[in-house]
Amino acid sequence: MGKIAFERPLIQKIQAGLPSKYGMVRRPEPIEDIEGISIESLLKEYGSPLFILSEKVLRKTYKEAYRAFSSRYPKVQFAWSYKTNYLNAVCKIFHQEGSWAEVVSGFEYEKALTNGVSGSKIIFNGPFKSREDLKKAIENDSLIHIDHFDELYELLNLARDLEKRPKVAIRVNMDTGIYPQWDRFGFNYENGEAWDALNRIMISKEIDLLGLHTHIGTYIMTVQAYEKAALKLADLAIGLQRKYKHKIKYIDMGGGFASKNTLKGAYYPGSDTTPSFDDFAEAIVSALMKSEFKPDHLPLLILETGRALVDDAGWLAGTVVANKRLADGRRATIIDAGVNLLFTSFWYEHDIRPAKHLSEHTEDTTIYGPLCMNIDVIRDHIQFPLLKKGDPYVVRRVGAYNNTQWLQFIMPRPPVILIDTQGGTHIIRDKETLETLNHCEHLPEHLT
Amino acid sequence: MKLKKNIAISETGFVFDPTTGDSYTLNSVGMEILSLLKEGLSREAISTKILEKYDVEKGVLERYLYDFLGQLKQYQLIEEDDEN
Ligand SMILES: Cc1ncc(COP(=O)(O)O)c(C=O)c1O
Repeated sequence: MGKIAFERPLIQKIQAGLPSKYGMVRRPEPIEDIEGISIESLLKEYGSPLFILSEKVLRKTYKEAYRAFSSRYPKVQFAWSYKTNYLNAVCKIFHQEGSWAEVVSGFEYEKALTNGVSGSKIIFNGPFKSREDLKKAIENDSLIHIDHFDELYELLNLARDLEKRPKVAIRVNMDTGIYPQWDRFGFNYENGEAWDALNRIMISKEIDLLGLHTHIGTYIMTVQAYEKAALKLADLAIGLQRKYKHKIKYIDMGGGFASKNTLKGAYYPGSDTTPSFDDFAEAIVSALMKSEFKPDHLPLLILETGRALVDDAGWLAGTVVANKRLADGRRATIIDAGVNLLFTSFWYEHDIRPAKHLSEHTEDTTIYGPLCMNIDVIRDHIQFPLLKKGDPYVVRRVGAYNNTQWLQFIMPRPPVILIDTQGGTHIIRDKETLETLNHCEHLPEHLT
Repeated sequence: MKLKKNIAISETGFVFDPTTGDSYTLNSVGMEILSLLKEGLSREAISTKILEKYDVEKGVLERYLYDFLGQLKQYQLIEEDDEN
């Protein structure tokens, strides 16, 4: 006689009058496959844990974002924000779709060049660019976005030394009604600092001012903030035309569109509250159209969208390591990926699911990573099905910032695979090993 | 180790403790273990019964059974007896 499938015995207290914050218990439905490929089979083939990226989702999301803007505005250009995910395969896909590169360090700049992006299609942002970095950027005709006066003077110096005119924009920070106001990057709009910088550039006559840039923050949920920002940049551009008869070529609105992940402490899930690309595009484009730009002289609109383009294209799959009960009786589940790999779990209530159908029942669970560190918590409180040691799980929407901010802490990092548009799988970053890491180390003679 | 006498078990997976007024839900394996406890079976006897019926290794079951009984104790649904 066949035996009945076993499920861990479970008892739960019914708490009348204490519904969850969504009014009912949401049972996380299992996700068993990604684009038709079973997650368990991927874990078997490539090991656990495993990052999985989808080329199809990357391309589809890019096309959606591009269409939202290009259907409203005649000249649109995306520049892929390298720091969001600079795995070369990801960058190449966005470049193939037509994206320029947006970089914030000499390292990222080199990466973009190596990925075949021509110098004039690289936007160089950030508060720290070395003299060597700036020199290279000038020689390659890259777009240098000036962050502070020291950088402006360095550029004036280099322009004389190299006898070449740098192509620049200034980064502007401003009050857009959102908190916190990012005032540490660029020149302030309200206190006149931005005009100060523009005046010095125009008077110097040694630099080509091509654009105006802002990046008002990250994970922005209010489209009105973008409308305000676009109006302020347009105001500066119109002022330049009046005062110097100088027409800028582009307005760069930066990144910052929220992805569909749920922020910690948010009342509703991000998938219900995040504005669409159309919402953001409408706010930005209507502001530019409302401004005094002449319809036949509209500047190019550049977007440096990061997380909203890539978050949905990434998954982290892995295996349950153990279950235990905490002192207060709550269930704790330990999984094989922690904050070392999911840096974004400091911001997000990550959407973690079983990767196969295991149980109808859920229990209030804390999900811990594998690190021997108190901070290693993936979810504090989640109604989660009863997974056993060895069962597979998957975390959705991990494409942004994790493959760049992950830590080689306590253990080496796992491989990353890409599922191509035909369903083929490719390793795009090898699993790290002891050799990978020892490769950078040297022992002084007396310690060998 | 015994189930407290006045605990009410419904066939649909609900348990009511009249002393505290608390209600509980159980999954089917949990329900089965509770019923066996009510019949007065020992931990070993329960373990044997479940192993006969379900597809589970002894070591795995022992762990979950131990954990489950710990929870029952925490909810004060079972009383210790001299056996322990
Ligand atoms: C200058 C700049 N552009 C673009 C981005 C991408 O931002 P996001 O991922 O929020 O779209 C960032 C990220 O902080 C940034 O600093």
